[in-house]
Amino acid sequence: MESVIERIDKGLFWKFHGGIHPPQMKFLTSDKPILQLPLPEKLVIPIQQHIGEAGEVIVNVGDDVVKGQPLTRSTLPISVPIHAPTSGKITAIENATIAHPSGLEELCIKLIPDGKDTWCERTICPEYQQLSKAEIIEKICNAGISGMGGAGFPTHIKVGTTAQINYLIINASECEPYITADDLLIKEHSSAILDGINILDHLLEPAFILIGIEDNKPEAIKALQNATQGIDKIKVCVLPTQYPVGGEKQLIMALTGTEVPSGVLPTSLGIVMQNIATCFAIADAVIHDTPLIKRVVTVSGQALEKPQNVWALLGTPVEFLLNECGYPQQEKKHIIMGGPMMGFSLPNNQVPIVKTTNCILAPSEAEIPNDNQEVECIRCGQCAEVCPSQLLPQELQWSAKAKDHQQLDTLNLFDCIECGACAYVCPSHIPLVHYYRVAKAEIRQQQLLDLKAEKAKVRFEARKLRLEREKLAREAKHKKAAEARKARMNSGTPEANNEKSAVAAALARVKAKKAQASAEPTNSANPSDDASSEKKSQVAAAIARAKAKKLAAKDNNSIAEKPPAEINPVIIDEKIEEKQTLDPAEAKKAKIAAAIEKAKAKKLTTEAKSSTSSEIKTETVTAPSPADAKKAKIAAAVAKAKAKKQQAEQKKEIQLSANEDITSSIKDEPIAEAVTDKKARIAAAVAKAKAKKQQTESK
Amino acid sequence: MAYWIASSPHNHLQSKTSALMRLVIYATIPGILTQWYFFGWGNIIHISLAIATALLTEFTVLSLREKKVSEQLFDGSAILTAVLLGISLPALAPWWISVIGSIFAIAIVKQLYGGIGLNPFNPAMAGYVMLLISFPVQMTSWQPPLELMSVPLDFINTLSVIFTNFTYDGYSVEQLRTHIDGHTMATPLDTVKTNLTLGLTITESMNNIVIGEYVGIGWQSLNLAFLIGGVFLLFKKAIPLVTPLSFLGSLFVCSFIAFLISPDSNASTLFHWFNGACMLGAFFILTDPVSGATSIKGRIIFGALAGFLVFIIRKFGGYPDAVAFAVLLCNMSAPLIDQYTRPRTYGHK
Repeated sequence: MESVIERIDKGLFWKFHGGIHPPQMKFLTSDKPILQLPLPEKLVIPIQQHIGEAGEVIVNVGDDVVKGQPLTRSTLPISVPIHAPTSGKITAIENATIAHPSGLEELCIKLIPDGKDTWCERTICPEYQQLSKAEIIEKICNAGISGMGGAGFPTHIKVGTTAQINYLIINASECEPYITADDLLIKEHSSAILDGINILDHLLEPAFILIGIEDNKPEAIKALQNATQGIDKIKVCVLPTQYPVGGEKQLIMALTGTEVPSGVLPTSLGIVMQNIATCFAIADAVIHDTPLIKRVVTVSGQALEKPQNVWALLGTPVEFLLNECGYPQQEKKHIIMGGPMMGFSLPNNQVPIVKTTNCILAPSEAEIPNDNQEVECIRCGQCAEVCPSQLLPQELQWSAKAKDHQQLDTLNLFDCIECGACAYVCPSHIPLVHYYRVAKAEIRQQQLLDLKAEKAKVRFEARKLRLEREKLAREAKHKKAAEARKARMNSGTPEANNEKSAVAAALARVKAKKAQASAEPTNSANPSDDASSEKKSQVAAAIARAKAKKLAAKDNNSIAEKPPAEINPVIIDEKIEEKQTLDPAEAKKAKIAAAIEKAKAKKLTTEAKSSTSSEIKTETVTAPSPADAKKAKIAAAVAKAKAKKQQAEQKKEIQLSANEDITSSIKDEPIAEAVTDKKARIAAAVAKAKAKKQQTESK
Repeated sequence: MAYWIASSPHNHLQSKTSALMRLVIYATIPGILTQWYFFGWGNIIHISLAIATALLTEFTVLSLREKKVSEQLFDGSAILTAVLLGISLPALAPWWISVIGSIFAIAIVKQLYGGIGLNPFNPAMAGYVMLLISFPVQMTSWQPPLELMSVPLDFINTLSVIFTNFTYDGYSVEQLRTHIDGHTMATPLDTVKTNLTLGLTITESMNNIVIGEYVGIGWQSLNLAFLIGGVFLLFKKAIPLVTPLSFLGSLFVCSFIAFLISPDSNASTLFHWFNGACMLGAFFILTDPVSGATSIKGRIIFGALAGFLVFIIRKFGGYPDAVAFAVLLCNMSAPLIDQYTRPRTYGHK
């Protein structure tokens, strides 16, 4: 530790890897005092402005609040409240665009100032040494203080550490171009800052306090040196200007020569770092009981008429600040919250100022052109030379484009601090940091999914185990029951004997059945048995049936092709022909009969048809009365339907008989009888039809 | 009224790849002028031919690949490749040598691998090696310095030789290369190599007319000119210092050790440094970022390996000069070198 202080006293510092020297542009705002602004017309106060958890909202829409009144309550350790920046009315508690790179919408409290700026009750406490550490830490927490340098880590957690602290480092380096907020704050309020530093000293009891400041702020350095004169513990360390010396790890390296291991907090090395603006806020909170409700914001950029630093109330829309600094109406607007290296573009001008907002940048078209075109990487390696984390940006870029998450991990993607030095120097104008951000988001997403999958797996395994357990339990239960039954049967009581005999009977039955089954095969083995002959005949019959079916199918086909009137006789003829071979005489007879019937049937149908149609005709002509005509029509329709039905019936019958006839004809004689029988039936049907026809005719 | 959304960082160093390429091309000018002064118009004609062919090839391939032709055609990389190839060719090689070489370098070595930034080999050197292997006669017919030539060679005659193989007066390349005493003149490197096989010592070889007062008429000045161009590039921070330094250092160490062991059969370091394509290779070829190693440590290894290979091939290989082969071999090993020379990330052991 001594050697570190010796080096610092000599003005020697360590060098961190890489770094760049972008145009500083601080002259735009560094020579103008911090401007006090009038109250804006409205304030939009996001309920979460720090890293961690949001507090619980404790005001309602329509409430009148006074300046400094808490609007949320911190319920968790890593949560800080927000306060009303001025007195006024809460008009809404709803989602609004917050200061986030992706233009997220989150819960905000909307406050319309009443213009009175009435303070809540405060108790000034100049003797903070008399308070206990816990009381001071509580005051810091209740004042809603979180790191004002950029990350926004709740301050009360950082200062509440119980670890042995060697170095308290106050970060006043402000290495981003354009930004002069800390510079101006030091110039104007160095004594208040010193109070803050003393409070931190009281809380952390570090061995040394190092104030790291870049050598491009000579007036601020002088102010700090004057303020800390005579305090041996505090060293104002004037560092050479180099971006990003203000990064936590880089500043620790530059001042103490210590490298913070990856994934480890500096506290474990005995180092705590606080931003200089946070020190000012701590002094305000502890001594003046003033919560964090305003901060210095650099409003800069060559598009503005009056770039300058302003005291901005938290929640002030960016539009108000830009108007106060003379932002011209122009077609293409590019507004950046934060510096040009790490800031983010705003999607609109209603985004509110939050605790971490140190700069609003409105560059002109010439200052920050928008026409950068990415071309292929030529592996020039300049990015690796400037990387303060000693990463290989171009290799990371290949892997990020290829979504090779494993390789990205090997190349330590998560050690990237997104300072933008690599993309700044890239001659191919590749937006490297953008690729890393996307890759990081993808990896985080993947990790979440993996975690979910892992949980699901555990659940599934547990279920499998449970089912297995239940199965085993069930089996054991069954076994036990069976054993109990056995025991009962063997116990010798009459019921047991009964049961036993029943079981024996069942067993005997089963045995008998088995014996029968084994006996049968031997029987059928005998060739002279009737069984086999029976089977033979059965087979023959089956063959015959199959043949008949085939024939019938053929007939059906032909029927389908021909109009019904023609088919019926053909089928009959066929049948008759077949029968001729069996009994010529009878067949002939039948044939003749059939022919006659056929003829008759035909005649009848045609007659019926013609007569009905003619009748309808005559009737329609002779009887003009509609009722009669209708009647006649109905009658005709009925008759037609009946005739059709009969025809269909006949057809069906004939077909059926044909099938039967064919099968039987192959078998033996009795068919002839059946055929005549059928013929008779057909005849009867025809007669019936005739009668009906006549009936209709008479009608 | 539109809000412009961009990803940080918003400001940017206004350097461009094309500007870098242009700078390197400018840095070759002293070398080209020296070449013109000592060897005549041959190389300037070849450079012009190569540039025309390279641009045409680049245009064709970019159109086929449906790339943005206007942006990539004049990014300077194709022109630089053509210039380097044109410089490396024998001055009196036939015209189709530079045409074939450029087409091969651009279409196959560069574009078929994905275009700028993705070629594993230096296109100019790959083109040169292809030509050397395919057309050994044309590619080894080096023209002697003008001051040693018995036949004066002006622009028209050079053009005539390149396009018809004969000068206006009917001299062939072979005749042009013949000294007044009837010997065919070779490059200093070739001369020394041949003399060693004939049993002559280095000291005896140094008396050869092509060597002249120092280490080779024309060649020594040419290498000096490229050294000056290289220093200009270093001054402009266009190329890293470590690569040429480690290459020349490695060549120095190898040749010096060899010289100490056997001064009669090993040429001096200066001879190695100021002959052949040594300085061109050190400052213009090995520093090609695309096909080289990326980290500083990697570049040191890369350069040292190249120097070692140049010495080994010049000493034991079949070819008198070795820069092109050494570069290609180093290109092959660059990914491996990169793999094992990754810097330690901040906060990691």
